[in-house]
Amino acid sequence: MLTNSYVNTLLFAVYPYICLVVLLIGSLIRFDREPYTWKSDSSQMLRKRELKLGSNLFHYGVIVVILGHFAGFLAPHWAVDWALSPVAHQLLAMVVGGIAGLTAIVGLTILIHRRLADPRIRLNSRKWDIAITLMLWLQLALGLLTVPLSAFHMDGELFETLTSYVKGIVTLDGGAAALMLHVPLTYKLHILLGFTIFLVSPFTRMIHIWSGVGSLAYLFRPYQIVRTPKTRADEPVRS
Amino acid sequence: MKIRAQVAMVLNLDKCIGCHTCSVTCKQVWTSRQGMEYAWFNNVETKPGIGYPKDWENQERWKGGWQRKKNGKIVPKQGGKLAVLAKIFANPNLPEIDDYYEPFTFDYEHLQKAPELPTTPVARPLSLVTGRPMEKIEWGPNWEEILGGEFDKRSQDYNFEAVQKDIYGQFENTFMMYLPRLCEHCLNPACVASCPSGSIYKREEDGIVLIDQDKCRGWRMCVSGCPYKKIYYNWTSGKAEKCIFCYPRIEAGQPTVCSETCVGRIRYLGVLLYDADGIERAASVEDEQDLYEAQLKLFLDPNDPAVVEQARADGIDDNWIEAARRSPAYKMAVDWKIAFPLHPEYRTLPMVWYVPPLSPIQSHANAGAIDTVGEIPDVRSLRIPVRYLANLLTAGAEAPIVSALERMLAMRIYYRQRQLDEGDGTAVLAQAGLSKAQVEEMHRYLSIANYEDRFVIPTSHREEAEDAYGLKGSCGFSFGNGCDFGPPHSTLFGGKMGRRKLNPMRPLDT
Repeated sequence: MLTNSYVNTLLFAVYPYICLVVLLIGSLIRFDREPYTWKSDSSQMLRKRELKLGSNLFHYGVIVVILGHFAGFLAPHWAVDWALSPVAHQLLAMVVGGIAGLTAIVGLTILIHRRLADPRIRLNSRKWDIAITLMLWLQLALGLLTVPLSAFHMDGELFETLTSYVKGIVTLDGGAAALMLHVPLTYKLHILLGFTIFLVSPFTRMIHIWSGVGSLAYLFRPYQIVRTPKTRADEPVRS
Repeated sequence: MKIRAQVAMVLNLDKCIGCHTCSVTCKQVWTSRQGMEYAWFNNVETKPGIGYPKDWENQERWKGGWQRKKNGKIVPKQGGKLAVLAKIFANPNLPEIDDYYEPFTFDYEHLQKAPELPTTPVARPLSLVTGRPMEKIEWGPNWEEILGGEFDKRSQDYNFEAVQKDIYGQFENTFMMYLPRLCEHCLNPACVASCPSGSIYKREEDGIVLIDQDKCRGWRMCVSGCPYKKIYYNWTSGKAEKCIFCYPRIEAGQPTVCSETCVGRIRYLGVLLYDADGIERAASVEDEQDLYEAQLKLFLDPNDPAVVEQARADGIDDNWIEAARRSPAYKMAVDWKIAFPLHPEYRTLPMVWYVPPLSPIQSHANAGAIDTVGEIPDVRSLRIPVRYLANLLTAGAEAPIVSALERMLAMRIYYRQRQLDEGDGTAVLAQAGLSKAQVEEMHRYLSIANYEDRFVIPTSHREEAEDAYGLKGSCGFSFGNGCDFGPPHSTLFGGKMGRRKLNPMRPLDT
């Protein structure tokens, strides 16, 4: 079914934009209208056991994975060509992505075990808290599966196709979906699940990623914050 | 110089009877909500003891407050900004809820529904986190009430530093005091400095430190950053909450709930003018024992015309300057020097100060006579070791504590001598360095403690900060977008009041 060109256009040309629009507009509405629900939703206070290891492994691993995706897919062509040969580029992606992905999935496995096995955490989890962690685990697993798969396509051509597709989506190129027609299923599922995670993010705790990036502003502010009656009247001030 | 004003609190520990009215009224007003059951913006601890959360004063363990680097700069003890951000995924210094206590209720229903039994039915504790039965309640906000528990455990108290503590385990030598604790509304708050989202701030006009609930992201660094452990993570809403110094009452010129309801009349509220430009310098002095004096120097004399002129220039209203002149906090901290900051060594420059307690004279029983130094009994023979109080209030410097205790004893001796016709008290006053007018004022404030002397709170000018027309018909103090405190109902974005529903209580097997 995924090779039907109509379905292919729906899934890889229309669906991604639905997801991205919901992600951006949904996040904006939630940030603006429901700031009290905007939070990281940490459960460390209830149980720190397993969290320290699991959360650090997962978050640091997944940050490298995300940055790698940005760099690999969105860096301009000329910059990549100047720095690396296509084969070396692919190899770098497989090694760095593989190691970071493994780190993240090990961490996430620990976190899922904690969430499901610890009654304090289990009983205080919302359905979405559990669903989103399982979706992320599956996404990491699919991503990791592409590493050995890519080893069969070391000429860099498949890699090139995927890069062109992602760039096509970002640059609003309507024809990009055609590139995906004959890509192996694992890649297709990985991309579809990725966009689905974008889709549900505004309704889950995933919105804390925005604030994680926002918290970098901390590095550039003075330690003390004093609000005058005037600045308070000008609220809201948010990061 | 930049002058700012703060409503500061002083607690006279000499008169605290440990009734917990402050804690209970505070809880009723502010924290009787799901997720905050374990949190006490105000709690009263029995000292010596390790307190709530366990061992909170041990900053080698919790890494709260500031530390001074070799180059003389201060950074939060839990790390600089990069180190704080690096710990955002799992804060290694965050207490677990068990360090406070697992919140509980009791299975009262069982008392009514139990079948006929050979023994009286009991109501077992049920966890408010899981809704399940708990084996045992392990800790609480005043677990060591009136020296409860073994001395071995209580003597882990951090304030026993440099005290020969073993003798205080013996019944004849034991001592105790109460320590009511709330947010210190510091001049140099470590919680504000630790917040990655910049949600915590100090209010310029009255010094109250608040958390912007809409801006808090639940990164939890303030909880570990605060050395007094007075920021609480609401595990239902995922936001940090803290004592708000009852700011709606303060703005209206009323005392905080804990102060208003204090049965022993031990709490005082008054304005202190301070030099905001001197905060960092005062918090960075090299020797920890100088921190008390350094903070004292920040407080400005409201009777000095130069200070008044500068205060006006910095936008402080005349009713605040007038309140500063009549401030009980200024009299106790600066005029009489009988009030001290709690743990100045944390370098946060706390603004809730304490008058140390007097205690029975220890050697009376041992020697059959009272040691005196001149006219005043030797305060080193008081039952509570001076060093213990110094560790609590002046980073170990004993001289200021000795002087304060002597002044409080001198006041008593002065009044006794006059009442029993034993003399005119001038010798004792001279020794304590007090004038007749001072001691009589001290007596009025400490012993009589009239309401209007204890609470000198200027009203704020809300009309300058808020558009009252826009607030008309609004819902006052609530969370999120709604006005109701009813059961959480789901919205598109995952529930109005936090994420977790109260787990249904499971009936116990009989």
